[in-house]
Amino acid sequence: MEKMSRVTTALGGSVLTGRTMHCHLDAPANAISVCRDAAQVVVAGRSIFKIYAIEEEQFVEKLNLRVGRKPSLNLSCADVVWHQMDENLLATAATNGVVVTWNLGRPSRNKQDQLFTEHKRTVNKVCFHPTEAHVLLSGSQDGFMKCFDLRRKDSVSTFSGQSESVRDVQFSIRDYFTFASTFENGNVQLWDIRRPDRCERMFTAHNGPVFCCDWHPEDRGWLATGGRDKMVKVWDMTTHRAKEMHCVQTIASVARVKWRPECRHHLATCSMMVDHNIYVWDVRRPFVPAAMFEEHRDVTTGIAWRHPHDPSFLLSGSKDSSLCQHLFRDASQPVERANPEGLCYGLFGDLAFAAKESLVAAESGRKPYTGDRRHPIFFKRKLDPAEPFAGLASSALSVFETEPGGGGMRWFVDTAERYALAGRPLAELCDHNAKVARELGRNQPWPSAHCKPQPQCGQGCSPQGLGLFNLKDMAPGLGSETRLDRSKGDARSDTVLLDSSATLITNEDNEETEGSDVPADYLLGDVEGEEDELYLLDPEHAHPEDPECVLPQEAFPLRHEIVDTPPGPEHLQDKADSPHVSGSEADVASLAPVDSSFSLLSVSHALYDSRLPPDFFGVLVRDMLHFYAEQGDVQMAVSVLIVLGERVRKDIDEQTQEHWYTSYIDLLQRFRLWNVSNEVVKLSTSRAVSCLNQASTTLHVNCSHCKRPMSSRGWVCDRCHRCASMCAVCHHVVKGLFVWCQGCSHGGHLQHIMKWLEGSSHCPAGCGHLCEYS
Amino acid sequence: MLKLRHTRGQTSELSTSSNEGYNVKALLSSYKIILFKYYFMNSELGIRIPRPLGQGPSRFIPEKEILQVGSEDAQMHALFADSFAALGRLDNITLVMVFHPQYLESFLKTQHYLLQMDGPLPLHYRHYIGIMAAARHQCSYLVNLHVNDFLHVGGDPKWLNGLENAPQKLQNLGELNKVLAHRPWLITKEHIEGLLKAEEHSWSLAELVHAVVLLTHYHSLASFTFGCGISPEIHCDGGHTFRPPSVSNYCICDITNGNHSVDEMPVNSAENVSVSDSFFEVEALMEKMRQLQECRDEEEASQEEMASRFEIEKRESMFVFSSDDEEVTPARAVSRHFEDTSYGYKDFSRHGMHVPTFRVQDYCWEDHGYSLVNRLYPDVGQLIDEKFHIAYNLTYNTMAMHKDVDTSMLRRAIWNYIHCMFGIRYDDYDYGEINQLLDRSFKVYIKTVVCTPEKVTKRMYDSFWRQFKHSEKVHVNLLLIEARMQAELLYALRAITRYMT
Repeated sequence: MEKMSRVTTALGGSVLTGRTMHCHLDAPANAISVCRDAAQVVVAGRSIFKIYAIEEEQFVEKLNLRVGRKPSLNLSCADVVWHQMDENLLATAATNGVVVTWNLGRPSRNKQDQLFTEHKRTVNKVCFHPTEAHVLLSGSQDGFMKCFDLRRKDSVSTFSGQSESVRDVQFSIRDYFTFASTFENGNVQLWDIRRPDRCERMFTAHNGPVFCCDWHPEDRGWLATGGRDKMVKVWDMTTHRAKEMHCVQTIASVARVKWRPECRHHLATCSMMVDHNIYVWDVRRPFVPAAMFEEHRDVTTGIAWRHPHDPSFLLSGSKDSSLCQHLFRDASQPVERANPEGLCYGLFGDLAFAAKESLVAAESGRKPYTGDRRHPIFFKRKLDPAEPFAGLASSALSVFETEPGGGGMRWFVDTAERYALAGRPLAELCDHNAKVARELGRNQPWPSAHCKPQPQCGQGCSPQGLGLFNLKDMAPGLGSETRLDRSKGDARSDTVLLDSSATLITNEDNEETEGSDVPADYLLGDVEGEEDELYLLDPEHAHPEDPECVLPQEAFPLRHEIVDTPPGPEHLQDKADSPHVSGSEADVASLAPVDSSFSLLSVSHALYDSRLPPDFFGVLVRDMLHFYAEQGDVQMAVSVLIVLGERVRKDIDEQTQEHWYTSYIDLLQRFRLWNVSNEVVKLSTSRAVSCLNQASTTLHVNCSHCKRPMSSRGWVCDRCHRCASMCAVCHHVVKGLFVWCQGCSHGGHLQHIMKWLEGSSHCPAGCGHLCEYS
Repeated sequence: MLKLRHTRGQTSELSTSSNEGYNVKALLSSYKIILFKYYFMNSELGIRIPRPLGQGPSRFIPEKEILQVGSEDAQMHALFADSFAALGRLDNITLVMVFHPQYLESFLKTQHYLLQMDGPLPLHYRHYIGIMAAARHQCSYLVNLHVNDFLHVGGDPKWLNGLENAPQKLQNLGELNKVLAHRPWLITKEHIEGLLKAEEHSWSLAELVHAVVLLTHYHSLASFTFGCGISPEIHCDGGHTFRPPSVSNYCICDITNGNHSVDEMPVNSAENVSVSDSFFEVEALMEKMRQLQECRDEEEASQEEMASRFEIEKRESMFVFSSDDEEVTPARAVSRHFEDTSYGYKDFSRHGMHVPTFRVQDYCWEDHGYSLVNRLYPDVGQLIDEKFHIAYNLTYNTMAMHKDVDTSMLRRAIWNYIHCMFGIRYDDYDYGEINQLLDRSFKVYIKTVVCTPEKVTKRMYDSFWRQFKHSEKVHVNLLLIEARMQAELLYALRAITRYMT
């Protein structure tokens, strides 16, 4: 309300009216500028220079300033500016380096007033002083900025940018003597117009050319800059050092930037290439533009707010030879189309979910699983009344933690660290791993030692062990709503009679099957619950026609339909309990697939002949590994794959293996198990995986004295000519293996440090740090 | 695949301060030792041992002028090491470019990125495109190098029998290659569309940008190869001989270039003409630069005058050709890569083809080209941008025997002259300057190197700027190739931009 009244007063009682409209120009525009009465706009380009009157319904051509028979390069404009004090005064920058001023008050057809031919290269920008009638500033490709007094024939002063091309110059609106200039090398300079000898301040604002800058109309010392690096940055120049206040990342290089009148944090941008739209950003919300104008078919080259106190009219000129007036209320608002929900897994199985507050409020009303062991925690953001997006931006974050007693993902870490993957005979590895699995209460069936040494089994031995597969695992992925009553502590001994050798194998390690022991399944349950919630709630809050509002299914790769599967074990137990199964008969327990994507799994729990070909078991093992991987337990899949090596590899296609490896390595790295992950990489046979640890093997060293990077040799610095890596023990230069403490960064020869730390726990450099050597 | 350099009989001892994983000097030296052993064993065992041909990396520049491996400073050594690590060889191009280490570093970085780092195209495609591009200029040097690399990365040897044996996708690129190499201003968005919309053989935008960058890189590198008279590598055709040293040398490249008698050429006749003459040449050039600097403001040409100067220069550049322009049959080994030998620069230049004007103020590398390349092929825009910058701004403030000279005017004249030949106009440049600064023999050289590099002869190389140092002539070549690359890129990228909008 208050804002509205201010607008009307500023406009002197007459409110601007108009509509979104455009008109065709004869040629591409390079720049536009508005007259201070907000009723006329000038368009300039290589072969166009016209003034249009902005009327209620349309643009009307008022004046063509390109007169004369032969088109001169002086008229090929790179920039144009209309004086904000004098309605008759215009200035253009020509591509051949000439600065021309125009006086509309001249009676003749040719309105050209003065010609300054001082620049040697293209002039990129001209700018009038905001309050002085006769002061004009220009910035050119030749690296000079010149200040002209229009009452004189030539420039008053020249500012040198040290042979870097000037892309933009802008007088400060608040400080009478100050102007900012931007350069092709990424620098921004601040000058005092009275001191042409050196700039007041210089800093690097962007990586690559800075194409544009704009002073904030109200906040003293706020400067927005836009560069080729696709960023818009807002700087506070009032402090001792220019401070970056905001940074907006756009999708293309930024050609122009203009603060929006009357809206303290808004600015409009257009891009140099590829992207044709004009965006209005709230600098505090740097990821989604507040508004977007999509009228142009080619890059927008000039933008201007129609009136310095009216935030709703924007004018633009474009390479597509059109001039547009955009109304803010007609702008498209990408925020409306944005997907306001976010979901993320924590490392230890926690799940965070953020959504619009209204959405969560509705959800908490009907909290479905009360008896659950999970603990949803709600966080509510404090609302900031000054925040313009309060309605949109307020969100609720809910975090679901895994059961504290469940141990989180500790099992994963332990298993990863303790599993042995190589370096011992197969049997020993299997034994070891089976023991580890047992100790950790994991349902990972490792071939048991009993069957291992059977010579006649040959390669079949591993499947034998694997045959001990605990079928309780077969009821996984049970959704939270259909929590299955798991057969806890259902101790069971499957006795399986093998052929002549008649080895009895007792399956013991599947006893303590508890929900919490299978966290992978557990997590799945979480997802299911959440997702259902979302689906239920969506129609109330989102536009149903908008596909983005529906969370994509792909976000849940492990999702299966929830089916109340009858627990398999009972069924199996019956069979297993009958000891007299004939040798040729295979006892097959089939589980119905719970989902179409879930491949049919048959477990042969059978008695078999030692004469069976080894690859008979390959299928079995493959199915088992697939099963584990499907469940999300890639750890098992990969470990078995590595341990069994050639025996199973051929049965599983390369891509699947690679997929398992990368997933497992990714998991390991998230848990910072670098050593294990590296071991896995090393042991993998997949080419794509084993080259993982050959990438980016460069170690960069900085000199310990001057902190500069050392380029040529690792031990002596080129710059300060001192030896950088001295051994703290013997005080000699270390040229070979250098070991250093990551706490105090002292170090030296590997041998010396090792020896030192055997005797003392303190750092050999005497810094008092308690170094550790592991 | 290690490159051997011809040595003059001494085996430098293994470097002792080697603490890096590899040491080029040591490797090269040990190779030399092995080579020598073979030389001596040769006669006894009757094995045919290749012997390097030519005198050092360049046929134009006496070997003693070129930096010897082993005598480089630390910076150059690091460059050699990087180059060796990336390519497994130290090629002759590197050995000549090391006159300008600052540029070489950027050049190697870019080339390494284009050929070996992440990119949309598979490795063997990259080398094949390199071969295609170099073959347009019958540059057997580059073709041979990349044939080896192509096979090394697992390329199908069948493709080398000609473009028609390569996949349709690459064949489609042939047309763009041809136009880009000889008349880039004819590239339209239809060319681009044709490549991007060819059903199962279509290119993606990212792939196309990669291919375009590779094509332009190798077109201009071919210019450099001929412009500096790079000698064939020893492991390539024409780089070695099995004949005993006494038999007169002979190499394929010489035939291709029509200068059979390079080796026999006595102490270069051009230099003998008169030292004082060429001395005045430099003086006159400097005087002209001084004059232009001073009187620039006084004598202001009219707009029409400026426009016509550009047109004149553009038109004239069409006819600037050396008199010893004779018909040359392309070497058989290379010709198989391009189907349309008749399509060259010369054909239309005789008829005075009209080149449309391209306004650099409307589409320039810094603002537009860079953004497009970096968008579609990340990081490469940055690398090429750096390379252009270094090439354009490189100066030691020397001219022949003079020191502390501001050469920016001369460099800009060369750069703009090349762009002028491609019809690219700078609104803010007075093309009259070109006529003042570049004399005819220099223009002939520039024109030949840029447009028909295969016709460059040692005589041309010797006859311009006679008093200047070889390093300065290499510097000129760097300007030529970068300006050419930028010109080609501008046309190709503009077409892509037009396609996209």
